Amino acid sequence: MDWQAFRLTLQLAALVALVLGVLGLPIAYWIAYSRWRWKFVAEAMVSLPIVLPPTVLGFYVLLALGPRSPLGRGWQVLTGHSLAFTFEGLVIGSIIYSLPFAVQPFAASFATVDARLLAASATLGASRLRTFFRVIFPLSVPGFVTGLALSFAHTMGEFGVVLMVGGNIPGVTRTVSIDIYDKVQALDYVSANATALVLFAISFVLLSLVYGLNRRIWVWPWK
Amino acid sequence: MEDQAKSGNQEGHEGTRRNPGAGLSVRLRKRFNPDGEFDLLVAFSAPSGITILFGPSGAGKTTLLDCIAGLTTPDDGQITIAPKALFDSARGVNLAPQARRVGYVFQDLALFPHLSAEKNVQYGLASLPADECRRKSAAILESFRISHLRARKPREISGGERQRVALARALVTDPCVLLLDEPLAGLDAATKSKIIDDLRQWNQAHQIPILYVTHTREEVFALGDRVIALAAGRILAQGTPHEVMTAPREETIAQLAGFENIFDATVIAVNQDRGTMTCRLAGSKVELETPLVRAEVGGALRVGIRAGDILLSTLEPHGLSARNLIPGRMLSLTQRDVMMVAKVDCGGVEMEVHLTLAARDSLALQPQQQIWLVVKTYSCHLMAGS
Repeated sequence: MDWQAFRLTLQLAALVALVLGVLGLPIAYWIAYSRWRWKFVAEAMVSLPIVLPPTVLGFYVLLALGPRSPLGRGWQVLTGHSLAFTFEGLVIGSIIYSLPFAVQPFAASFATVDARLLAASATLGASRLRTFFRVIFPLSVPGFVTGLALSFAHTMGEFGVVLMVGGNIPGVTRTVSIDIYDKVQALDYVSANATALVLFAISFVLLSLVYGLNRRIWVWPWK
Repeated sequence: MEDQAKSGNQEGHEGTRRNPGAGLSVRLRKRFNPDGEFDLLVAFSAPSGITILFGPSGAGKTTLLDCIAGLTTPDDGQITIAPKALFDSARGVNLAPQARRVGYVFQDLALFPHLSAEKNVQYGLASLPADECRRKSAAILESFRISHLRARKPREISGGERQRVALARALVTDPCVLLLDEPLAGLDAATKSKIIDDLRQWNQAHQIPILYVTHTREEVFALGDRVIALAAGRILAQGTPHEVMTAPREETIAQLAGFENIFDATVIAVNQDRGTMTCRLAGSKVELETPLVRAEVGGALRVGIRAGDILLSTLEPHGLSARNLIPGRMLSLTQRDVMMVAKVDCGGVEMEVHLTLAARDSLALQPQQQIWLVVKTYSCHLMAGS
């Protein structure tokens, strides 16, 4: 078993979930409350990664990270090396790839907060920021947790974007899904199966925890 | 400033008034929605004390409160809490809700479900130092008798207690005006009047204008110093509860005010010396003695009689002071909650009479039965004819 790939995958997923947990909030807030008439275009943009083949997304991310794009050049100037085929590049690609899995549950739960509570908060003198942290966010915790867990699990299972952006460098960009692919290519079905089972188990346990904890009525299922 | 306040005291009838100029004045127009059937178009002022906003649902009461609180922007007009302008379309003033210092108790209360009663009350005090905030919230919880509930969440306390928490949350911020949107709907009369007493007590010290929205007649008489009757976005009448509710000039208010019986009538005699008139109800031979209003013989009027003001007798009554005895025939008798609604044919006009269940049982009332209705002169309310 390639434990290095596991460690790398978990690191990547945790980092992406963390970044999306911060970055996703203002985007979701805007999607839930903006009255801009072109908002639907932005919503479509955010949701694109759900429907696009990961290779398409990965291809453009690769171009954007490469030395010919402003982002890639800027990174090169700052750090002295290219973004493509690095762990940082993988993080950026994964953030874009998993963005809807964080933003959509966040926005959906923000939108279900009773508008009268927001009005009450405003008449009591609270700014929008304070209203967000004192009212909207506390009432959206289940949606927040769901978004974090989905983006974590989704990042853990990604394949195409990683392959396009990161390649297959052990310890740097070789994640579990790439590792499984390699093993299958090498006809090593036994270790491919072992690794796949572990990934399967982790994802299943994680999602069960999320849906279990988010239940309206909290009971032990075996009682 | 001191001198002004003193001269204000002498003019005003409320001796303790703290800031005599600080009334609310509103003049605004608000289109309901792009293809809305009516605009909200109102102008009124409310001094300190309770002003009732009375009207049926859909009259625009909540929209009006939202405009004052800054949650909805009027199309044009002015909203002022003297001397501060909250909204003035001509000068481009439109303060954010946060800057208006308007206390608002919503119809559904809008308590924060994830915060305890105490945290709800302290929500509007964020700018104060922590000990000051605790002191103020403790004081208001005390004066609204909910100190013992401070650690409970809104869903863990009763309806009446929730209303108290909502009131305390709005009042603890020392608002310049208080808006109450049917805050006591669904409470029993005893709980209601206790909360109102506490509110009045609070306002003795603070003297702010309170706009109290309701659509029930009983509350108008129980609470109001002043009433504004609102229907379909317009103010129909304003004044004391008695002025607005008992002598309605418009049929819409009459229906609001609970006149189940409204008839077209013609004046057939005027008795200046006795202060009464005789009116015949259109389409019948029923003649009613009514209070005198300025009208001429042959003039058209409307007469409103509350169903609860009519007595019903199974025998022809004698020796009564009431001047109007109307023979009739029972058409139907139906139960509504704990009340009986009788429809009576009085020879061309149908009258609705409300009775208690006990009255029905002791009189053994039956449909088609011959009965007499008794109506006092002063139970006949006159309004302009159509």
